[in-house]
Amino acid sequence: MIKKALVIGGGVAGIQAALDIADGGYQVILVERTPSIGGHMAQYAEVFPTLDCPQCILTPKMVDVGQHPNITLLTYAELQRVSGEAGNFKVEILQKARKVDHTKCTGCGTCWQKCPAKVPSEYDAGISERTAIYIPFPQAVPAKPVIDTGHCRYIRYMEFIEGGEEGKKPPQCRICEQLCPVGAIDWEQEDQIVTEQVGAIVVATGFDLMPIERLPEYADDPDVIDGIQFERMLSPGGPTTGVVQRPSDKQIPREVVFVSCAGSRDPEHGVPHCSRVCCMYLAKQAMLYKHAVPDGQAHVFYIDTRTTGKGYEEFLQRTKDEGTVYLRGKVSRIFRDGDKLKVMGVDTLSGKQVEVSADMVVLGMAMLSSEGSKELAARLGIATNEQGFFTESHIKIDPLESTRPGIYLAGTAQGPKDIPDSVAQGSGAASKVLGLFAQSESTSEKMVVS
Amino acid sequence: MARQVRIGVFVCHCGNNIAGTVDVKRVVEELSHYPGVVHAEDYMYMCSDPGQEIMKKAIREKSLTGVVNANCSPTLHQRTFRRVAEAEGINPYRVEIANIREQCSWPHMGDRETATRKAIAIIKAAVEKLRLNMELTPSVTPLTKRALVIGAGIAGIQAALDIANGGYEVVLVEKDICIGGRVMQLAGTFPGMERPDYLLASRLAAVTSHPRIRLYMCSEIEEVSGYVGNFDVIIRQKVGYVDKDRCNGCGLCLEKCPVSVPSEYECGLSQRKAIRIPFPDMAPFNPVIDAEHCLRFNGGQCQACREACPEGAVEFSGEDTLIEENVGIIVAAPGYDLLPAGEPEIYPEDPDIIDGLQFERILSATGPTGGEVRRPSDSKVPREVVFISCVGSRDPEHGVPYCSRVCCMYVAKQALLYRRAVPDGQAYIFYTDMRSDAKGFEEFVQGVMDEGNILYLRGEVSRVFRDGDKIKVWGVDSLVERDVEVSADLVVLARAMVPRPTTRELARRLNIASDEHGFLTEAHIKLRPVESLTSGIYLAGTAQWPRDVPDTIASAEAAACKVLSLFSREELLHEPTIAFVDEEVCSGCGQCVASCAYRAIDIDEGRAVARVNEALCEGCGACAAICPSSAVQLRNSTPRQFFEIIDVASG
Amino acid sequence: MSYYPGCTLKTKALNFEASAIAAMAALGVNLVELPRWNCCGTVYSMAEDDLAHHIAPVRNLVRVSEQGSGKVVTLCSFCYNTLKRADLLMRNSPEKRDAINAFMDEEIDYQGDVEVVHLLEVLRDDLGWEEIAREVKVPLEGLKVVPYYGCTLTRPQEAAIDSVENPTVLQELLRVLGVTVLDFPLATECCGSFEIVSRPDSVTERAYAILGMALRKGAEAIVVSCPLCAHNLGQQQPKIAEKYGNFPGIPIIYFTQLLALAVGISPELCRFDLNFGEVEALLEKKGLLPQCERSGVGE
Repeated sequence: MIKKALVIGGGVAGIQAALDIADGGYQVILVERTPSIGGHMAQYAEVFPTLDCPQCILTPKMVDVGQHPNITLLTYAELQRVSGEAGNFKVEILQKARKVDHTKCTGCGTCWQKCPAKVPSEYDAGISERTAIYIPFPQAVPAKPVIDTGHCRYIRYMEFIEGGEEGKKPPQCRICEQLCPVGAIDWEQEDQIVTEQVGAIVVATGFDLMPIERLPEYADDPDVIDGIQFERMLSPGGPTTGVVQRPSDKQIPREVVFVSCAGSRDPEHGVPHCSRVCCMYLAKQAMLYKHAVPDGQAHVFYIDTRTTGKGYEEFLQRTKDEGTVYLRGKVSRIFRDGDKLKVMGVDTLSGKQVEVSADMVVLGMAMLSSEGSKELAARLGIATNEQGFFTESHIKIDPLESTRPGIYLAGTAQGPKDIPDSVAQGSGAASKVLGLFAQSESTSEKMVVS
Repeated sequence: MARQVRIGVFVCHCGNNIAGTVDVKRVVEELSHYPGVVHAEDYMYMCSDPGQEIMKKAIREKSLTGVVNANCSPTLHQRTFRRVAEAEGINPYRVEIANIREQCSWPHMGDRETATRKAIAIIKAAVEKLRLNMELTPSVTPLTKRALVIGAGIAGIQAALDIANGGYEVVLVEKDICIGGRVMQLAGTFPGMERPDYLLASRLAAVTSHPRIRLYMCSEIEEVSGYVGNFDVIIRQKVGYVDKDRCNGCGLCLEKCPVSVPSEYECGLSQRKAIRIPFPDMAPFNPVIDAEHCLRFNGGQCQACREACPEGAVEFSGEDTLIEENVGIIVAAPGYDLLPAGEPEIYPEDPDIIDGLQFERILSATGPTGGEVRRPSDSKVPREVVFISCVGSRDPEHGVPYCSRVCCMYVAKQALLYRRAVPDGQAYIFYTDMRSDAKGFEEFVQGVMDEGNILYLRGEVSRVFRDGDKIKVWGVDSLVERDVEVSADLVVLARAMVPRPTTRELARRLNIASDEHGFLTEAHIKLRPVESLTSGIYLAGTAQWPRDVPDTIASAEAAACKVLSLFSREELLHEPTIAFVDEEVCSGCGQCVASCAYRAIDIDEGRAVARVNEALCEGCGACAAICPSSAVQLRNSTPRQFFEIIDVASG
Repeated sequence: MSYYPGCTLKTKALNFEASAIAAMAALGVNLVELPRWNCCGTVYSMAEDDLAHHIAPVRNLVRVSEQGSGKVVTLCSFCYNTLKRADLLMRNSPEKRDAINAFMDEEIDYQGDVEVVHLLEVLRDDLGWEEIAREVKVPLEGLKVVPYYGCTLTRPQEAAIDSVENPTVLQELLRVLGVTVLDFPLATECCGSFEIVSRPDSVTERAYAILGMALRKGAEAIVVSCPLCAHNLGQQQPKIAEKYGNFPGIPIIYFTQLLALAVGISPELCRFDLNFGEVEALLEKKGLLPQCERSGVGE
């Protein structure tokens, strides 16, 4: 039995699982695909129903991960291969080349302030830009940059020279290298394979939002945005510093329409499942919008309001009481009509067609399993459902165990869920790992009872 | 204190959270001239790695003896900065947090001048407090690595098994005669429709036979004292009047017992006797006499059971047993009830108007009707059944304001099971919003909707009443805006989930909080969902909030994880910022004793002075506030420190 | 190729039929009018037991079978919809098929073996855009239009010739012809014609919504594929001007007319004189009318 765990995914579920296992006295390797842990939760403005700022409640946990003596953090890394069995897995992890020597780098920030190559920011969901050498957001852990080799000018230049291509030479930039006070830029750094042995694996790879393009009835328009983009806009640390302004012309939107079930519960256009969190986050966003623009009007189209968590029903009621109009019905079409967006839908309670003129539309896009989930499942030898969410050993009584002993599930990788449920699952999966490690011998059978 | 005070002040921008409102540069400038401050600096995110490096560097280079961090609430980063200071050799209690975000920049957004002046005052106050802070060391308390789990429903069972499998002993207390809780009453579970007795068989068997689980049936928590790591618990096990070792379970006594009582397990749909033998697969062997209903204990002379018993196992004497257990932590999982019947003007009392759990029993293969769907009044097979969701839920006027989370799904499941049992039957489901929001649920409900003869009606029910052989249900279909009338043979009400009536009392004994509905309250709804505010006491399952089986199991496993984490340590550290008594000043008046919520202070009768139990004291300060002579004080929050703070803040 | 005209093309939509036949001939497809065709049934009956209603369309399908042709092409969207759905009913519901066949015992039994297609499908699937592009003699450059489908070409889903919500076939064709196609969100919105008797006001409102949007999008004409929509959107324009004022009007053109013009058919044969709006003037202004004698005058 190797009493060391691998946690895949550094969102809130993975962070919680890693911290709990580490606090339980065992070594943990936390692998995160992007340059920083934090996951989607770090993108949100405020979280329902308490309206806590996630920076305040998540960043301490991120800091704990970075500082915990039992946690080895591998960001910008992906799981490549797994062999072995519960108690003794051999894993190969691809550490992507950062082109920055993190043992030298101090995170001073000079490089990313001066880098001339601009790329849409993943953290800001595309509504702002980052540089090619970057940390995803100021509170990133680790707060040391990586070079995005797909967009770095110098790397493009080198490829151009080596490829012997025709045409105009790209500029040979190297500004970061010249400015770095400690000489941390390392153009020679290559991808590396890290091999580790672990006894248990927790899969917490999270979710992605369905791209808006998958719903062509809803206009391809800068003012039609998804929920995460609006979170970034509402966030005091976001690109608009919390000022609500529509992307097209930076005007403050006076009328905003929120559309629930954009892709969810819609087997023909999207996915059959319910994404569980949209009802609540749209209610929250409508409330925050009304706080930011008190004379603004918010409309929410919904099919069923699904506010089943502790304090959620009361929260929804508050959103309605504060003046947001709820319309029960689907939106058939969104299109631009001059300065306004037209939202055509139906109010099934009055049986009438409604048309709302809006300055901005926020789509509660369906939650999908995160990109690459099915490939990861194949590498791990565990099952997923059609949508790529990992399958639990028994949906009722073993919700945190995968279909393979020694591999556990946490958070939205298993299915859409909100933050408390993800945190509880992170802890629950950690409990499974601690239980496994408490056994003296590894067995590929289940424990006395799981 | 004679040492020269060299204080460093570190002001955090928190991105724009603070710097957007407070002029941090001016704050730093002002503080850098303040007496005792030898270093002042600001940074974008002080909690980040580079921010911490700035602190460490300054502590080293300026030989600081104390640090004031001006940033967010101390609940967030006090631990971070104390750790940083400690790494550089400063006692962690010589670190003060000046909260200039929640208590300054946020409430004064848009008023830069006021906010900046207030921030300066807050930081100066922290500097004054710090000047008088003592160097403290946390006290060490031993840790009993045994757990108490209250309630042997699915949540308690899962928590107990996880902890026991993690290598620790568990005391599991169940007040009923069976284990398994509510889940065992269900006919089947969605989406797989498995029977719970099959589904949970191995888990129940594991609990009763686990070498590290000690199970007390028919038992309740009498008293809890102590603190995390060292709780003393007294458990009252009710006397059963039957000698387990002699009883052979033949059941002759059951035939002879003349008393019939509505069966709790069958939700009143059938009768049980006053002497009870639980099902063998649902508990350790545990025959008991229910003294509340037994004639012998109610003034009668009946001894039918004793006469019937071939082994002489029935004994009408005995007393409740009080068992003392010492445990390190407690998991509370007392479960739920359904909202009791009310609103007779809408839902009258009628044998054919039943609740969801009763219908589970009627659908169950092991139920009172042997798995055939028959209505209670006349045992006829109901041809038309009306299900009504949200009875009491989402209804602040008549019931509770919250959503009970599971009703939409079990109603869909029951309609499907009913249709399988009665193929030509017709089901109607009144609902408000269809809340099928977890994995596989939406697909399940869509499947039920596509099933023939199950009609979903979106709307509320205004009145239900008997009309001859039928029950009339009046409601409205809000989608077509029409009134609807259905003649039903049976009406199933999905009543709201509420905490058990005993949960509030349990919360009081455990000294944990419960909300206005009686649900147990967690420490933080988002990030500490399974911990109570009292350290060492965790929550699992539906006693905290309505939830379904997988979420209940996940919460139980999460609670178990917290326990396993805690037990991985050898000892516990206790905060030293607690009360102490100046015995020369104390008059032993005892006002502090009454003020303590943690039962941490008492009077030493011999010397007539107050005495603080340091392991119990949480440092709340209630005693210090009430003491007429300031004999009780809180370490590092002394009156002198507060006067200094007030001077600065008002100056 | 067997061609089913239907009543409207022989009366109010002569311009539709004439231009289609001429254009298809130029593209090498001979549209042969079905002998002894009768009314298509107009509106597909949704009633479970209204089988008699389906006899009219099924009898037309029998005519096609008799010809030994496996396929019939329609121009009118309504005829397309009714025939297509009658065919689907006969294919998918054996009981109803037997009942209808038994009722028409003087005819041969219909087994659901005729493919009902709309002319747009023939253009897209049989000829293909590349083939048509090669035949374009007069690219209709500079003409800015919006497409309008109406309802019956794309609903219900099983009878749709393209995506239900976002059909693109008309835009694709028009682009091949060189036309500038503007984004038009109301391309499948109901024109209201069903309600012309019961709620005439709401028809005017619907037509105004569609035409007003077309004008705001900068369209110079609206290109349609349904003669009923064409009629309705044309007829409503004076009422719109009266009710809402300040409405300049917008010409309505069948897609076949632009196809014919582009493949070199003389404008005379396209019968623009029967269209609503100043179509010829518009085309002339754009320099798209070849030198030829003008016949008739726009309305």
